[in-house]
Amino acid sequence: MTSENAKFLIVEDSPTMRQLISFSLRRFRNATIIEACDGVDALKKLSGPEKFDLILTDINMPVMDGLKLVSHVRQTAGLKDIPIIIITTEGAEEDRERGLALGANAYIPKPIQSSHLIRTISELLN
Amino acid sequence: MSDPRAEKFLELFNKGKEFTEELLRENERLRYRIASMEERFREIVEENKDFAGRYAEIEEQNNNLASLYVASYQLHSTLDFREVIQIVQEIIVNLIGAKSFAIALLDENTNELRTIAWEGEDVMPGVDTLSVSLGAGVIGGVAASGESWFLREGAPSLDRPLAAVPLKIKDQSIGVIAVYNLLVQKEAFTAVDYELFALLAAHASTAIFSSKLFAQSERRLNTIQSFLDLLTTS
Repeated sequence: MTSENAKFLIVEDSPTMRQLISFSLRRFRNATIIEACDGVDALKKLSGPEKFDLILTDINMPVMDGLKLVSHVRQTAGLKDIPIIIITTEGAEEDRERGLALGANAYIPKPIQSSHLIRTISELLN
Repeated sequence: MSDPRAEKFLELFNKGKEFTEELLRENERLRYRIASMEERFREIVEENKDFAGRYAEIEEQNNNLASLYVASYQLHSTLDFREVIQIVQEIIVNLIGAKSFAIALLDENTNELRTIAWEGEDVMPGVDTLSVSLGAGVIGGVAASGESWFLREGAPSLDRPLAAVPLKIKDQSIGVIAVYNLLVQKEAFTAVDYELFALLAAHASTAIFSSKLFAQSERRLNTIQSFLDLLTTS
């Protein structure tokens, strides 16, 4: 798996953050970017025909939060191996540990630095 | 009469000497070339460092421009007042990294600034019910002068936020954004935060003002439409 031609799923309730993350992901050649506004919307998209290479999710979202989404993905056959990056305002160490313990591969606190995000994704996909 | 073996030996010795001297000269040339190459290598290492530094700088500028573009794009993406306020909140939380803040708008009838949206009342009690007269204290002063204010020293309080930014349309303030605390992972404002504050001062105010005007015109249109309907049905 490489970051070229990768298919990303952004799970964020904030349109501002979705657009900003999407902007950063366009650095990856031929990337496909799909957006979801909460955990339930994300699961709907994950259960469709699209096969995603990486999920980027916020924590605090309505309907289903990011931690429940991570937990659900990790317990679902066919989805459990997709790398997950949590992008959140919750920057305390215990929040980070909780996110990683649930199965997230990386934890990036907001405000995000595009270069940090790109580096993290490249490390996970290449 | 000389010994032919001695002459042969001398001849061989001289050839060996010439060969050794040639080797020494070659060695000297190579030493010089290695020294030049080492010098060039050092120059290239320095150039690489310079390029890496410039790349990081461009990367940061790119990141900052993306944040400013997205903020500006989103602010003008709707004419719905609540949505505009929601977008301003998203920018303050997600792009600037504020934990506690208030957006206060000026009531033109009473000349009072009142909180219309906020976050983090648990870390700054009272942020949700802010009410300040135009010109009073830091926040009122920012609205009156139209100049941003940043806390240089001391802990923030309800009257003295970390940052107070006027929402201005030309020279007239329509409100103030007051930031009280930053997220735990954010130590201080960065260069792009000041750019975002400047963008919010100009663009958030016009977006808020436009959405208010749009809501008013919608209400008037509905009233006129109802009146016309009444006239045509009666």
